Amino acid sequence: MYRTDTIAAISTSLGNSGIGIVRISGEDSIQIADKIFRSVKNGKKLKDVPSHTIHYGNIIDGDNIIDEVLVMVMKEPNTYTRENIVEINCHGGALVMKKVLNLALRNGARCADPGEFTKRAFLNGRIDLSQAEAVINVINAKNNMALDVSLKQLKGSISNVVINIRKEILHEMAYIESALDDPEHYHMDNYGEELKPKILNLKNRLQKLLDTADNGRIITEGIRTVILGKPNVGKSSLMNFLLGEDRAIVTDIAGTTRDILEENIRIDDISLNIIDTAGIRDTNDVVEKIGVKRAKELAHSSDFIIMLLDSSAPLDEDDKEIIKLIEDKKAVVLLNKSDLKTVTDEKEVRMYTDKEIINVSVKNEVGIEKLTELIKKMFYSGDITFNDEVYLTNERHKHAIYESIGSLDLVLESIESGMPEDFLTIDLMNTYETLGSIIGEQMGEDLVNEIFSKFCMGK
Amino acid sequence: MSNVKEEYDILVVGAGHAGCEAALACARLGLNTIMFTVSIDSIALMPCNPNIGGSSKGHLVKELDALGGEMGKNIDKTFIQSKMLNKSKGPAVHSLRAQADKQDYSREMRRTLENTDNLTIRQAEISELMVNDGVIVGAKTFSGAEYYTKGVILCTGTYLRARCIYGDVSNPTGPNGLQAANHLTDSLKSLGIEMYRFKTGTPARVDKRSIDFSKMEEQFGDEEIVPFSFSTNPEDIQKEQISCWLTYTNEKTHQIIKDNIDRSPLFSGMIEGTGPRYCPSIEDKVMKFADKNRHQVFIEPEGNYTNEMYLGGMSSSLPEDVQYEMYRTVPGLENVKIVRNAYAIEYDCINPRQLKPTLEFKNIKGLFSGGQFNGSSGYEEAAVQGFIAGVNCAMYVLGREQIILDRSQAYIGVLIDDLVTKENHEPYRMMTSRAEYRLLLRQDNADLRLTEIGYKIGLVSEETYRSVELKKRQIEDEIARLNTITVGANKKMSDFLELHNSTPLKTGSNLAELIKRPELNYEILSEFDSEREELPKDVINQININLKYDGYIKRQMRQVEQFKKLENKKLSENIDYCQINGLRNEAKQKLNTYKPVSIGQASRISGVSPADISVLLIYLEQINKEGGKHE
Repeated sequence: MYRTDTIAAISTSLGNSGIGIVRISGEDSIQIADKIFRSVKNGKKLKDVPSHTIHYGNIIDGDNIIDEVLVMVMKEPNTYTRENIVEINCHGGALVMKKVLNLALRNGARCADPGEFTKRAFLNGRIDLSQAEAVINVINAKNNMALDVSLKQLKGSISNVVINIRKEILHEMAYIESALDDPEHYHMDNYGEELKPKILNLKNRLQKLLDTADNGRIITEGIRTVILGKPNVGKSSLMNFLLGEDRAIVTDIAGTTRDILEENIRIDDISLNIIDTAGIRDTNDVVEKIGVKRAKELAHSSDFIIMLLDSSAPLDEDDKEIIKLIEDKKAVVLLNKSDLKTVTDEKEVRMYTDKEIINVSVKNEVGIEKLTELIKKMFYSGDITFNDEVYLTNERHKHAIYESIGSLDLVLESIESGMPEDFLTIDLMNTYETLGSIIGEQMGEDLVNEIFSKFCMGK
Repeated sequence: MSNVKEEYDILVVGAGHAGCEAALACARLGLNTIMFTVSIDSIALMPCNPNIGGSSKGHLVKELDALGGEMGKNIDKTFIQSKMLNKSKGPAVHSLRAQADKQDYSREMRRTLENTDNLTIRQAEISELMVNDGVIVGAKTFSGAEYYTKGVILCTGTYLRARCIYGDVSNPTGPNGLQAANHLTDSLKSLGIEMYRFKTGTPARVDKRSIDFSKMEEQFGDEEIVPFSFSTNPEDIQKEQISCWLTYTNEKTHQIIKDNIDRSPLFSGMIEGTGPRYCPSIEDKVMKFADKNRHQVFIEPEGNYTNEMYLGGMSSSLPEDVQYEMYRTVPGLENVKIVRNAYAIEYDCINPRQLKPTLEFKNIKGLFSGGQFNGSSGYEEAAVQGFIAGVNCAMYVLGREQIILDRSQAYIGVLIDDLVTKENHEPYRMMTSRAEYRLLLRQDNADLRLTEIGYKIGLVSEETYRSVELKKRQIEDEIARLNTITVGANKKMSDFLELHNSTPLKTGSNLAELIKRPELNYEILSEFDSEREELPKDVINQININLKYDGYIKRQMRQVEQFKKLENKKLSENIDYCQINGLRNEAKQKLNTYKPVSIGQASRISGVSPADISVLLIYLEQINKEGGKHE
């Protein structure tokens, strides 16, 4: 949408490098930066400094120093977006950058929408007209990516909580609005008092979500790595080995892994979000079919694929099918079960793929270090990259929950100060809309529909 | 054969609440106007509920009044009971509702119309529109008379191919057995206008003498009556009021309905039109809300000089015998005699997405429409549309700029924007929850919001305009002054605060801050304000509201600022959205069909995503910079 508030985002890749930039753009960007920046020179405020100058100091959260930074202040109109821009050069790595961005958001900035800096640059006349099409493409691409991330990586448990909370809020709003529209039918004197415990409960649930978000994150970040292979080829064993724990159910019966398991591992500084899938194989089992379908989708949206083949069995049509899936992706092929008698060797596999092939025995832990070496090599050479949208979407969602809690606080405040009930729906509505942004839902006619379906109105 | 041929500036089809406002606006703006109705005796008829106003509808009437419409003045002259609803709630949802003497209401409106210069009233059925090259040139009556005009306003209400139904009885008439208009639909269809078929209903009217009021709760009007019209002096309308009565349905009523539900034309499939969800028939309520063991029934007088009473809450299309049976289970109605049966009515109306926000048809120049014909419901919704259609048709004929009220200016703006933008398949009713900026759109400030616009149109007098401007200034000045009047945390103040159960001051403050406290207000703080000049009551009321809800009001004003940015990005109707790369296919299709006037309107079309809006913004920027012709 077209808004002119102040936005912030991490504007460098979140990959492996230790340094990066948090960029804030908009009318209030300098004031916001002043709230979180403390110059080494005592008392220097960014609002007083000349445009296009660099300042050394610390990003602070209360009394805590988050990072030592260089801050560049650029005043409108000679900036990328033609708005006031502050760029904070951070040094403490990805985690610290996230903290800095988070601080900016809590002090009044909004997490930029996908492609929003570029969009503003264009709308404010900074980008050549001939590039309009390119700008549209960038925005659309980033949007799709964010949408993709949101839909596919939002954990089911979290979207369920959000959906349920929204449902409850909608019901409360509909009750209040019905009573306002048909006051002779529905009474709600002192309704605020009745509502208070409900709001507190909603707030607690959101707070819990936010607390888990800080540790476990709402969306799993990292290189989306998918393990593909026929049933019983050793995918779950590999995952367990990488994780160092027994997460997937490992049996000798083909087709045991029905659900898709998702875990995060670190190799050096590299965060891998590993997804184990049900074996891809033509199957009549309905449950497994769903798993297989998802596995194909996941392969499609992954950043990196580890494909497993059984060297003790002949290469069959299923294997070849899977090899086709990885054709256009960053991938590696592991020839597992090198401890058993070799039936299919590297030479034979080479006929079907140009990907790197490694002989391993997951069971005996042989050859796996070659895999980790390869991943490191590919990452540091930029061959596989991290999808930044994942992180930004995560941040947007977290901020949305944070804002929703704030809106519920305002509802409580209105109740406390004895405001009439019609004031309560203002902030309930905000909560509903903000939470909707997480699951990609808008208000639309929801309220009117709820009123009509749950409350009996009219003459 | 030679036919009657006449020329006028503007022709209005219909003399209901929309038609009356449309015709009055045009005639008062100096245009030679002719208004057609199938029956002169049904001018400003209230064929359903006997009241004007109510939640959010009251807002519409006050806004209409501020703009120079007639409805507010007319109900002030003819009401028999008045009530401000939601008085214990916030000022944004206070809503005025008045019971009307129906006959008086019609008669008064007719008197006003008949005494308005430039206005001709004619009884005849318009059966055909005359359109030349996409421009309206007039209309023909069923008898063949031709009326050549520059503009036409359609306000046909529920009369087009109307059919009244109860049980297995179906009469091809308009409301109250009046003649339907059966020919115009074909003409509209041949012009490419898409028609819908909607349905609504009304309860029975019963004889007052057959009601036992001792079994009901009496519903009184307010002690202090507030007028609808800003021009009515409250002192002039304080009068004795007539009561309404409240009773309830019960399990027995519901059982009778359930036992006979197969005889309802709604359930048997005989009625094909889409009915409104907010105004369900009693059989709808019983079937849909099975867990409710009773529903309210309001017994409302239809006027001073009739025994007819309206059974609010029990509209129905059940057969006559079932109507008797079920009504007689209600306490107080055991021996009730029906004067007129309850019935459902089906009628033709248009898909209003064919209209611009000015209420002109997108594909026929000079053709405007308002009221139930546009798929709305309710007298008030009809009246405001009739007014806007009338004003804009007049502006069109005069070559002046047409007006569009946006969602941040008036409920009228919300109503029309919803109608012309949103997918809607039932008669549309106004509700306060539809107005996202309702804290700003209060009934008490309709004059401050809209008088200036009415004045610019030419329907509000210089004198009224000046007095509203003075009022605005008085409010602003007084609020500014109150912010400067400091008060100390002294003994006198702490005694005063204690007396009013208000927390003591720790440090000095000012009067504006104190007024914000719920337990205090402008009036009771007078003893701390020696320089205060006497101000009118309505000015003081505004000061209190503005200060007390200051935080909320400012927040909504900030939202409005953002909203306006998108509203002000205008889109030309000549854009071919298929040619814009980057728009999703669904958006291309919707945008080409709707032809929104602004990016703001585009953003409210279902199927147009935020990403599409980004693309539109970039497209628009590109066009503007390239200096292409674009308005």
